[in-house]
Amino acid sequence: MLEILYFAWVKDRMGLANESVPVPPGATTVADLAAWLRARDPQGAQAFIDPASIRAAVNQDFARPGTPIHDGDEVAFFPPVTGG
Amino acid sequence: MTPTVRVQRMTPTVRVQPHPFDTGAEIAALTRGRTDVGGIGCFVGTVRDTAAGRPITAMTLEHYPGMTERALTRIADDAASRWPLQACTLIHRIGRLVPGDPIVLVLAASPHRQAALDATAFLIDWLKTDAPFWKQEHFADGTAAYVAHTEADSQAAARWTA
Repeated sequence: MLEILYFAWVKDRMGLANESVPVPPGATTVADLAAWLRARDPQGAQAFIDPASIRAAVNQDFARPGTPIHDGDEVAFFPPVTGG
Repeated sequence: MTPTVRVQRMTPTVRVQPHPFDTGAEIAALTRGRTDVGGIGCFVGTVRDTAAGRPITAMTLEHYPGMTERALTRIADDAASRWPLQACTLIHRIGRLVPGDPIVLVLAASPHRQAALDATAFLIDWLKTDAPFWKQEHFADGTAAYVAHTEADSQAAARWTA
């Protein structure tokens, strides 16, 4: 399973803060997972309408679209950060 | 040129909290029991009452628990590898804040002022770029909007890698 977390407007558009999903068939990277979420339902389509505007982390480290994902990983999707 | 000073590896103080912080008490805690500190750089970020000229009534801060503390500790460790830091404090508030509220505190102690000041600037620049916080601004008409990441913030952090 993957533990997926959403923050800020990604969370609002997904309509949930976190979920557990089996690794989608053929999904080996963050970009693959984002594409699967985008195709899954209208919420995902809305949240991932512009993948370039979304950042990700795998196991609490910033990730890139090509970062590999594995069963058991914690993957987070969020907008560019705006703290400070 | 910064004089070469050997300092012991420090453990940064990193906290994410909804309640206010006491800057004086944090500075006192940073130097308690030691007399080798030459200067402390201090940055306090506060909630401004306008966003792009539009008045705001409040701001909500969200973060990624766990990753935030990891990211802040890493930024502090990066600073300690560049300057002779003796102590360092990073405190960021979360939840609902109103204009005038302190939101972030950065303290950096070093034997010399330039290192303390430079490390403080480095810490807040990277905190704004590399720590998973998100701001939502609330306006007088009841609407709210997430703050967009600014290119200026990325450029401010990038100057340290030039």
